Amino acid sequence: MQTPADYRSELTIAGRAGRQGLIGVAALIVIAIIPWFHSNYWISQLTFVAIYAIAGFGLQILLGFAGQVSLGQAAFLASGAYACSYVERLGFGSPAGFAAAVIVSTLLGLLVALPALRMAGLYLGIATMSFGFIIEEVAARWSSVTGGNAGTVVAAIEVGGVSLGQPWQIYYLSWLFCLMVLLLSYNLLRTPTGRAMQAIRDSEIAARSSGVRVAQTKGIAFSLSAAFAGLAGALYSHALGFISPEQFTISMSLDLLVMILIGGLGTLRGVLFGAVFLVVSPELMQAVLGMFTSGNTELPGLRPLLFGGSLILVLLFQPDGIDAMVSRTGAWLIRHAVSWRRR
Amino acid sequence: MIIFLQQVVSGAAVGLVYALVALGFVMIHKSTQVFNFALGELMMLGAFCAYTFIVLFALPFWIGGILAILSVALFGAVLDRVLLRRMIGNKPFTIFMLTVGIGFCIRAIVMLVPQWGTDTYSLPSPLQGKVLSFGGLIVSADHLAILLTASAIAAALYVFFQYTRLGLAMRAISQNPLSASYLGVRVDTLFSIVWALGAAGAALAGVMLAPISFVHADMGQIGLKAIPAAVLGGFDSLPGAIVGGLVIGIVEALAGFYCPEGVKDVAAYIVLLVVLAVKPRGLFGQPDAKKV
Repeated sequence: MQTPADYRSELTIAGRAGRQGLIGVAALIVIAIIPWFHSNYWISQLTFVAIYAIAGFGLQILLGFAGQVSLGQAAFLASGAYACSYVERLGFGSPAGFAAAVIVSTLLGLLVALPALRMAGLYLGIATMSFGFIIEEVAARWSSVTGGNAGTVVAAIEVGGVSLGQPWQIYYLSWLFCLMVLLLSYNLLRTPTGRAMQAIRDSEIAARSSGVRVAQTKGIAFSLSAAFAGLAGALYSHALGFISPEQFTISMSLDLLVMILIGGLGTLRGVLFGAVFLVVSPELMQAVLGMFTSGNTELPGLRPLLFGGSLILVLLFQPDGIDAMVSRTGAWLIRHAVSWRRR
Repeated sequence: MIIFLQQVVSGAAVGLVYALVALGFVMIHKSTQVFNFALGELMMLGAFCAYTFIVLFALPFWIGGILAILSVALFGAVLDRVLLRRMIGNKPFTIFMLTVGIGFCIRAIVMLVPQWGTDTYSLPSPLQGKVLSFGGLIVSADHLAILLTASAIAAALYVFFQYTRLGLAMRAISQNPLSASYLGVRVDTLFSIVWALGAAGAALAGVMLAPISFVHADMGQIGLKAIPAAVLGGFDSLPGAIVGGLVIGIVEALAGFYCPEGVKDVAAYIVLLVVLAVKPRGLFGQPDAKKV
C-alpha cells in the first residue's frame, strides 16, 4: 500500500465516497431484505457471515494494518462467548453479558500484547498460537464456569424483557454490530492511531524514528482485535445456542486467517468478501457435488480442500485477494460495458 | 525415584519424536527462512503411507517404513518444486500462509483417499509389547528404538551439516543465498533437497510415533507440539531442536504424572511462553542484524 503524499491522494484512500456509498447502501438493502426470502437455514448461515466478519475486522486491523500476526484469535472468541454466557447465567441480562464479553476479551488482548511487544513475526505467531491452546484447555477444564468438555447451552438474548431468539432477530443484531464495527474500523484507520499502525507494519524502525509510539499502538491494535473477537464470540454463542471448547481450536484461528487472506489483506471490504467465502463456498461446493453424486453424502475433506486450495491459488495468482479481483472486474466493466461515458 | 526416572525416560522418548519433527522445522527454516506449518501434516502423511505399505500391502515393517519415508521425501521435494519455488522472494508471512494452505490440502487429500478417510488405525510394529528392564527401570522396546534412531539421525545430520560439501553448501545458503549462488551453489536444487530432508524427518517421526499412538487424519496436531521444541531451541539450531524436544517431552511426562489433569496437554506451551517472555528468540537463538 502506498503512503499518501498529499490531500488528494489521501482522499483516494479514504474512498470515492459517491460510488462506494452507493454500493454500500445497495448492500445494506440486500442484507436487510434477505430474511424475507430465505429459509431459516440460510438466515443463520448469513448470520455467521456477519459474525466472522466482526472477528475478521479485528484480525484485519491487527494483521493487515498493524502487521502483527495472531494464530490465536479463537481464544478471544472463546473468552467472549464464555464470559457472555456466564454473566447471563448469573442473571445480569444480555447487555451486561455482551459488555462482559468485550471487556474480558480486551483485557486478555492486553495481556497477550505485553509479551508480544517484544516479539516479531514467527515468534509472535507461535506465542499467540500457544496462548490459544492454553485458553482452549482452560475452557475444557474450568467446568464451573464453562461447562467443561460437555459444553454449555446458551439461552436466547434478552433485552429489557424481550427475547431475541428467532434466527432473523439474531441475524439483524449481528449485522447491526457488524456495521458498527465496520464503521469504527474505517474511521479508526483514518486517525493518527490508524496511520501509526500502518507505519509500524511498513517499517517498525522508520515508524519509531518518526515518533510513533510503537508499544502503545501495538497494544491498541491487539486489544481492539481482541475486543472485536470477543463481541463476535458472544454473538457466535447465541447464534449456535451451544458452546464447547472444541469449537474454539486452532482451526478456527486458521480459518479466520485464511478468510482475511482470501478476502484481501489490508482492506476492510476484503473481510466481508472473505467472510462470505468462508461460509457460503462450502455450501455451494456441496450443492454442486450433490448434483453429480447420488445421495446426500457429506465428504469430510471438502472444507479443508476448498480453503487450502483457494488459499494456495490466491497466494500464487492474486495476492491481494477477492477484493482486488472485484475492484479489477468493476473497473473493467466500467471501462468496457459502460464506456459510452468517456466518449 | 524410580518412578521419576521412569517418567523421564518415557518423556524423553516422546520428546525425541517431537525433536525429529522439530529438526524438520529447523532444517527448513535455517536454509530457506520458511516456517513450514505443513510439517505436522507431512508427519501424518508419513504415518498413513507406512500404514498403507505395512498393513494394506503387507510388506515387512522396515521396508514399508523406509518406502513411506522415501515417498514423503519425494512429496516434499515436489511441493518445493511446484509451489514453494514460485514464492521465493515473498514475505515470510506469505510463504508461511502458503504452507498453511498446503497443510489443509494434505489433510483433505488424506480424508478423501478411500481406505484412509477419517477412521483411526493402528500400526503394528515388530517391537510391540516387548520391554527391557534396567534394574527396575522398565523401557518399552518401541521407546528404546525411538531413542536410538533419533540420536543416530541427529548425529548423522550434525556430521552432514558440518563435514560434507552438501552440508557446507546448505549452511552457505542459510547465511546468504545470493552470494552462495554467485559462488556456484545450486540454491534452488538445494532448497528442494532441504524440503525433501525435512519431510523425510517428519515422515520418520510419523512412522515411529504410529506404533505407540495411532494413525488418524488429526495426527498432524501432534506435530504442533514440535513447534515449542523448535522454538525453545532457537529455531535455527539443530542441537537446540533436540534439546528442545527432550525438554518438552520430559516436562510433559512429569506434568502428566505430578500435576492435575489437563496441565499435560498445555505444559509445552506454558514452558514456551515463559521462555519467550524471558528470551524472545528462544534459548539458543542468536539475535540477527535487522535490515532497515
